[in-house]
Amino acid sequence: MVEAIALAHGWEMQHDDHVVVIGQDVGANGGVFRATAGLQERFGNDRVQDTPLAEATIAGMSVGMATHGLKPVAEIQFMGFLYPALDQIVNHMSRMRNRTRGRLTCPVVIRTPHGGGIHAPEHHSESTEAMLCHIPGIRVVCPSSPLRAYGLLLAAIRDPDPVMFLEPVRLYRAIRQEVNDDGQALPLDVCFILREGSDATIVTWGAMTMETLRAAAELDKRGISAEVIDLATLSPIDIETILESVAKTGRLVIVHEAVRNVGVGAEIAALVAEHGLYDLQAPIQRVTGFDTIMPLFKLEHDYIPSVQRIIDAVELTLDG
Amino acid sequence: MKTVAEFKIHYLQILGGNGAVLAPLPPFAKDTAEVLRMYRAMTLVRVFDAKAVNLQRTGQLGTYPSSLGHEATHIGVGAAMRPEDVLAPVYREFGTQLWRGVTMTEILTYWGGDERGNDFAVPRQDFAWCVPIATQTLHAAGAAMAFKVLRQPRCALAYIGDGGTSEGAFYEALNLAGSRALPVVFVVVNNGWAISVPTKAQTAAKTLAQKAVAAGIPGVQVDGNDVFAVRATVSEALEAARRGAGPSLIETLTYRLSDHTTADDASRYRSDREVKEAWALEPLIRIRTFLAAAGLWDAAKEQALLHECTLQVDAAVTDYLGKAKPSTDAMFDHLFAALPAHLHEQRLTARRYSSKPGASKPSGH
Repeated sequence: MVEAIALAHGWEMQHDDHVVVIGQDVGANGGVFRATAGLQERFGNDRVQDTPLAEATIAGMSVGMATHGLKPVAEIQFMGFLYPALDQIVNHMSRMRNRTRGRLTCPVVIRTPHGGGIHAPEHHSESTEAMLCHIPGIRVVCPSSPLRAYGLLLAAIRDPDPVMFLEPVRLYRAIRQEVNDDGQALPLDVCFILREGSDATIVTWGAMTMETLRAAAELDKRGISAEVIDLATLSPIDIETILESVAKTGRLVIVHEAVRNVGVGAEIAALVAEHGLYDLQAPIQRVTGFDTIMPLFKLEHDYIPSVQRIIDAVELTLDG
Repeated sequence: MKTVAEFKIHYLQILGGNGAVLAPLPPFAKDTAEVLRMYRAMTLVRVFDAKAVNLQRTGQLGTYPSSLGHEATHIGVGAAMRPEDVLAPVYREFGTQLWRGVTMTEILTYWGGDERGNDFAVPRQDFAWCVPIATQTLHAAGAAMAFKVLRQPRCALAYIGDGGTSEGAFYEALNLAGSRALPVVFVVVNNGWAISVPTKAQTAAKTLAQKAVAAGIPGVQVDGNDVFAVRATVSEALEAARRGAGPSLIETLTYRLSDHTTADDASRYRSDREVKEAWALEPLIRIRTFLAAAGLWDAAKEQALLHECTLQVDAAVTDYLGKAKPSTDAMFDHLFAALPAHLHEQRLTARRYSSKPGASKPSGH
C-alpha cells in the first residue's frame, strides 16, 4: 500500500503544480515508511520539503500555504505525534472556510500512519480517529487496500477542504495489489461493500478489514453469510449504504481497532438506531479495542480485535 | 541607534579529540578512581548498545535507538547529577540512566514491548522514556516548580535533541523556567541529525545554545564527546540551579554514529565519509588515551574490562529473555487507581481471548 500512496503523490504532483509535500523526513529519506520515496528527486526541494521537527509548524504552515495558493500534502510521522498539530487543525484548518464565509479555504491533506500491529515503539500505534471525526469541517478518510489508498488519496488532494488521511500501518506492506497509475480518484464520503451477504452486516475500516474478511470467510463455512462494509470515509459517514445493508440483513456488527468509548462505532450505532431500528432483529454489537491505553507490543495482539471475537459477535446477533 | 542587548556563546572543551588536556582539569578529573569509573560506565553502555542492536536484528527486541557515540554526554550528565535530582530523558540516554540505577534488564524490557521496563526499581522519581518530541522539557520545568514550591534542594534535568529544539514545547519550557528561575537544566544533545534532517536544516541559528538567550537564561556549548567538559559544565549548572540562581541550557556537540533507530537506514541521507570522520572524534578513544598517558590503562586492562562488561550485559539479556509475557490484565491494572466498573467486563473479555488463556493472575475484583 505504501507504494500506492507514493504513486498517488507522484501523479498529482505531476499534474498539479500547486501540490507541495511537506513533513519530517519526507525529502531525502522518502518518509520513514517510504510513502514519499523519490518525490524530492523528481520534483525538487521547493515542492518536497523537510520541515523543522515541529508538528504545530507543519499544520500551521499548511494553513498559510493552502489559503494562499498551494495544496499542501503534509505527513505527520506517527499518529501519536499529531497532537501538537491539533490546535491548528481544530482552531484554524477546519473552520477557515466557515469563519471567513468562504473567502479563505484550506485544501490540505494531512496524512498520518494509523493503528498498531507492527511491533512499533510507544506512541507509534495510535488509532484516535474518533477525536478527528469530532471536529466539524474536516473529512477523515482511512483506506483499506492499495487500490483504495491510491484512489482516495487522489480524491483527498483534489478535495477543496481539509482531509485527514489515516494510513493503517499494518497494511503498508501487508497486501499486494496491482495499481493502475491512471490518476483515477475514488469517491469520498461513500462506503465500499467488500463482500456481499444476507445474514449480518459488518462495518469496519482500515486494517481491521483484514480480520473482518477472515471472519466472514470462516462464518461462510458455517453457513452464515456476512456482508462486509468498508466505511472508508469515517467522517462524514455514508449511513445510507449501511442502512440499506441492515435493512437486508437485520443485524449489525461494528468492528474497529480504536477504543470503544465514544468511538466512531458509537456514532454508526446511533445513526442506525435513529434511522433503522425497526430493521434490526438483534442488538447491535461492537467489537473494538479495549478502553485502555494501546499497550506496548508484547500485548498489542491481545488488544487488537481478533477474528474469533468478530465471529463470536456475529454469531451472537444470530443466536435469537 | 544603540545596542540594547548582546550575547556571546562560550564553548568548552577540556579533553581534545586526541586525548590532550586543553583546559585546566576539574577536581573530579584528577581523581583517577572517578575517571576510571566514568570510563567503565562509558564502555559498559557501548557494549550494551551493541548487544541491544543485535537482539533487535535477531528478532528478540523491538525497534531500538542506539546511543553509539553519545557516551561522553550521557555519562558526563549522569555523573554530574545527584541521586535525588530528577531526570527527564528522551529515549536514547541509556548511559545516564544506567549511571543513575536503571538496569539493563529494564531498558530491554521496555524496548522489548513491555511497560514493566518503565517501572524503575531505582531511580523511582525519574521520568520514563519520552517519545513525543520535546514534551519532556515541560515536565522537567514542572518538576523543578514542585521542588521550588516544596523547598527541596533538588534539580530537574531534561534532555532534548537538536530536532526537538524546533518544537514549541521546548521554547515554552525555557521561557517558563527562566521566568520563574526554576531549578532545571536543559541539555540539548546536538548529534547532527534528526533522523534524516541535519541540524542546519532545523534552524538558521549558529548554535542551539543561543536559544537560551531569548528566554533570558544562560546558554553554553560544550564538546559532547568530552566527558570532562560535559560533567564540569552540567555540575556547575546544577549547582547554580540548586542555590536558586535559575535554569540554564547546555548544548553538547556530538555525533550519532548509528542509524536513528534500528528501523532507520542512515545511508539514504548521509555520506560514509561524514560518519568515518566522526568516528575519529568519538568519546572513548580520548579518555583511553588520557588514562594510558597517566599510566593507568593498557591493552590487558581494556580486554579485562570488555570481558567484564560482556558478562554483565549477557546476564541482563538472560534476565530479560526469561521474563514471561505480561498477562492481558496488565492493560487494565494500571489504568486508574481503581478500575471503573465498565472495564471489569472488558478485562474478562481480554482474558477470554488472550493468546495465553488462564495465565492472568487473580484480579481481586
